[in-house]
Amino acid sequence: MPADSPALATDRRFVIKAMLAAGGALAFDIEIAMAQASKPARAGSIGGAASRISAYVAIAADNTVTITAKNPEIGQGVKAMLPMLIAEELDVAWEAVKVEQAVADQSRFGEQFAGGSMSTPMNWMPMRQAGATARAMIVAAAARQWNVPAAEITTAKGEVFHAKTNRRAPYASLAAAAAREEVPAEASLKLKDPQAFSIIGRPVAGPDTPAIVAGKPLFGVDTVLPGVVHAALLTAPVRGATLKSHDPKQALAMPGVRKVVVLRQLGHDDAPVDALAVVADSWWTASEARKVLAAEWDNAGREKHSDASFAAAAKAAFATRPAISVRKDGNVDAALAKAAKTVSAEYSYPFLSHATLEPQNCTAQFKDGKIELWAPSQMPNEGKDLVAKAMGLPSEAVTVNLTRIGGGFGRRLQSDFMILAAAIAREVPGLPVKLILEREEDFKLDFFRPAGFHKLEAGLDAKGRLTAFRTHLVGFGAKGEPGRGSELPNDLVPANLVPDAELGLTLLESNIPLGWLRAPGSNALAFATQGFLDEVAAAAGKTLPVFMLETLGEPRLVQPPKLPGVPDIWQPPAFHTGRAAGVIREAMARSGWQGAAPKGRGFGFYFSHLGYFAVVADCVKAGDAIKVARMWVAADIGSTVINPMNAEQQIRGSMIEGIGQVISGLKVPIAGGQVQVANFDAYTLPRIDVVPPIEIAMVRTDFPPTGLGEPALPPAVAAVANAISSLTGKRVRSLPYEA
Amino acid sequence: MPTMIKVNGKPREVNVPDEKPLLWVLREDLGYLGPKFGCGAGLCGACTVHLDGQAVRSCITPINAVGTAEVTTIEGVSAKSVGKRVSEAWTEIDVPQCGYCQAGQIMSAVALLESNPSPTDEDIDSAMAGNLCRCGTYHRIRDAIRKAAAQKTTGGANAG
Repeated sequence: MPADSPALATDRRFVIKAMLAAGGALAFDIEIAMAQASKPARAGSIGGAASRISAYVAIAADNTVTITAKNPEIGQGVKAMLPMLIAEELDVAWEAVKVEQAVADQSRFGEQFAGGSMSTPMNWMPMRQAGATARAMIVAAAARQWNVPAAEITTAKGEVFHAKTNRRAPYASLAAAAAREEVPAEASLKLKDPQAFSIIGRPVAGPDTPAIVAGKPLFGVDTVLPGVVHAALLTAPVRGATLKSHDPKQALAMPGVRKVVVLRQLGHDDAPVDALAVVADSWWTASEARKVLAAEWDNAGREKHSDASFAAAAKAAFATRPAISVRKDGNVDAALAKAAKTVSAEYSYPFLSHATLEPQNCTAQFKDGKIELWAPSQMPNEGKDLVAKAMGLPSEAVTVNLTRIGGGFGRRLQSDFMILAAAIAREVPGLPVKLILEREEDFKLDFFRPAGFHKLEAGLDAKGRLTAFRTHLVGFGAKGEPGRGSELPNDLVPANLVPDAELGLTLLESNIPLGWLRAPGSNALAFATQGFLDEVAAAAGKTLPVFMLETLGEPRLVQPPKLPGVPDIWQPPAFHTGRAAGVIREAMARSGWQGAAPKGRGFGFYFSHLGYFAVVADCVKAGDAIKVARMWVAADIGSTVINPMNAEQQIRGSMIEGIGQVISGLKVPIAGGQVQVANFDAYTLPRIDVVPPIEIAMVRTDFPPTGLGEPALPPAVAAVANAISSLTGKRVRSLPYEA
Repeated sequence: MPTMIKVNGKPREVNVPDEKPLLWVLREDLGYLGPKFGCGAGLCGACTVHLDGQAVRSCITPINAVGTAEVTTIEGVSAKSVGKRVSEAWTEIDVPQCGYCQAGQIMSAVALLESNPSPTDEDIDSAMAGNLCRCGTYHRIRDAIRKAAAQKTTGGANAG
C-alpha cells in the first residue's frame, strides 16, 4: 500500500461463518477485525475508531443475493457502494443483488457511521476480500462435487462453470456444500484484476431511487407505528439558557394535547439544553400548542456573545502571540525581514448551519424497561450509548433502527435528538413518540461550523518564490481544546512546503456549540489560505495555479510532523506534491488556462480526506449580482472511481455548496447569544438558478481509492471567492461575499 | 365538522380543524407520507402537491382552502402521463442524493410540463427555483425535466 494512504485495515483477522439459512439460502457472516484500533488523531474528520468491519451476504434459493448495507445512507451513495465491492468479487450480476439496510448493532456489524469520507478507504479491500472469500468457498464446493481442480472452475454472474466438462451450476445449488467448506486463508485469496471489473467502475443508481421517486416512506419523519403520538420542542432563544419557569396551561387546554414534558440538561454532553416538549395526538397540534407555551429562561451571561464581540476578541488576539503553537519551523520573523516582498492580510468567515432538509427527528418507544428508537443518525452506535447513559439503562436495553437520512453534512454525527426523543418517550411509557423539530428549533439546536479569523503573512524572494508562511487562526474552543471544526492542522498547505513556517491558534469561548460540517476545518481553511495565496501569487506577478505548482516543487511525499501519543493508523496522511500538481495541471488544461487568467476567473486547490482537488471558477456580473458562469474540477481519489454515477453527484453537490458559502449569502449571525436565522428566508441555500455547468475530470493514479463526500468542497469555496476578487478587483477576505 | 377532499382521485373524509395544513392532513390523517415537512413556511418546496394541477405548498395551505380542488400527491402523480414520464426520467437519470426534497421537485416539474410542455432552460430554472435541494442535484433535475419534455415532443414510447 502506498505510503501516503494510512495503513487502514492492515493486519486484519478474518472470521467468516458460512451457514445454511432459512429457505436453503447460503449465508455468509463476515467479520474483519482490525488490529490497530484506537482514537483517531482527527476525530473531526473521521468520527470514530475503526475496530471491526462486518458484512452479511445471503444467496437465496432463486440465486438472488442479499447484501446488508451496514452504514447510514445520507445521500452519499454508500448504500450502493459497499455492496458493489462485495458483489464484484463474489462475481454475481448486480441486477440480482438486493441491498438491505442494517440495524444499528455494533456487536453485529462493527463500526457503522457516515463521516469523514471514510467508507471507501476503510472498506475497499475488506469488502472485496469478503466477496472473494465467499466466492472461493462456492468454487471449492463445485470442485468437490464435480471432482475437478478448483483452478479449472470459473465464475460469472452468480454461476460456476467448468469448461472442460461443459458443466455449469448456479451458486444457490451449491449452498449446502459451500456452507461445509473451509474458510480459505486470507493469503490464498485472489482478487480480480481491475481490468476484469464488471460492477466496480460502472454507473450504478441508488438502490432506493425508485422508492424515493414513488414517494415511499423511507425517512426518519416517515416512521409510522401503531398508536404513535407526536412531539414538538421549544428551547430557549439563547442557546444553553436554562428554564426558569413555564406555564403549560394554555397549551394543555388545546384539544389533542396530552402532556407538556420538561427536559433538563439533555442532549449532547458539551451542549446540553433545557426544553419543553408538547406531546399531542398530531404533530401539527403539538406545534400549535408550542406557540402558546409561556417560558422564562435564565441566560446566565450568555447574551454577551455576538459577532461583534468575537471580532473584537480576534482583533485583540492578533495583537498578541497565538495561545497555542501548532507548528514552528525555522524563523519566520527573520525570513520575512529578509524577504524581497512581504504580504499580509486578515480573512474571516461566519458560523454556518448544516440545514439538512429533513429536520432533526427521532421516534422512540419506552416499554418494559427497554427503549427502541428509529433514528436518522450518522453515528447510530454512539447515539445508542448516549441514550443508554442518559436514561440510566444498559446498552443492551436500547435498540436503534436506521432510517434513510434526509441529508447529513455532519449534523447527524451528533445524536442529541435521539436523547431528547428518548427522554420524552420515557414520560409516555408504552407509546411510541415521534419528535420532529420545527425548522426554527432545528437552526437553534444545530452544532455550527465555527466562524474563524485569520491573520496571514508570507514572504517572497527576489524571484517571487514563497519562502515563509505564517497564520494565526482565532477560532473557538474551550479549555485549550479546539471545538469541532476549529482545529488548525499541522500540515496546512503551504506551511508544510516552506522552510520558515508558523501555525498558531487562539480559542474563543462562546455558548454556540460547534459541529463538523462537510470537510470540517478544510472548508474554511481553504478559503483563507488559497485566498491569501492568490494575493501572494499576484504580488509575485504570477497566477495562483502556477504559483502553487512552483511552491509544490518536485513530486514527493511530504510527511506531517507526528502527533504525539497518536497511533500510526490515525496520524495525518502524508501529502503527495505530485498528485497535487497533477490535478492543478488537469484543471488548467480543462479550463484552457494559459498565461494570465481572464477577468472573473478564480482558482483553488485543496487536499483533504485523502483526496486532491483543483477547481477553476468563472464569475460574471448578472445585473447587480454576481453569478458563477462555469466551473471545472480535477480530482485525484486514486486508481478507481467505484461508482461514477454517484461520484458526479458528490462533486457537483460540493461545487454548489461552495457557491452557496460564497455567493448565496450563507451565514449564521450571532447577536445577544442568539442564532439569528430561523428559516430558509434568512439562510439562503443555493437554488437551481445559480447552478452553472460543471466539468469534472478524474485524474487516475496508482493509489487505493478514497472517498468523495467531502474533499471537493474546500477548493470550490476558494475558487469562487478568488473568481469574485478577480471580477470586481476587490479582494474577498470575508465570507459570504457582500457587494 | 367533517371535511371532504379528493386525493389522487379518491374522495376522503377527514375530521380536523379548518386551519390544519393540508400537509399534515395528508401525512397524519390520510397516510400520504410522500409530501415532506421541511420549513413549515412555504420556503423549501418539500411539501409540494397539486391542487387541480397547480403546484402548491401544502404546509401553508389550510385544509379549508382546498374546497373541491383535486389534490394530487407524489403517490398519485404517475397515474397521469406527464407524471409517469417525469417519474421515469427521474429514475433513469438517478436524480436523488439524500432524496428528501425529491417528491416536491417532481411535483413542481410535473406542474411545469403540464402547463409548458417544452420549457426553455430559463423556464425550468424559474419554475423550479422554489424547491430547495440541499444536496445539489440541480443538474440532474434539469436533465430529467428535459428528458421528460423531449419524450413528449418526439412521441416516444411513454408519450400519451
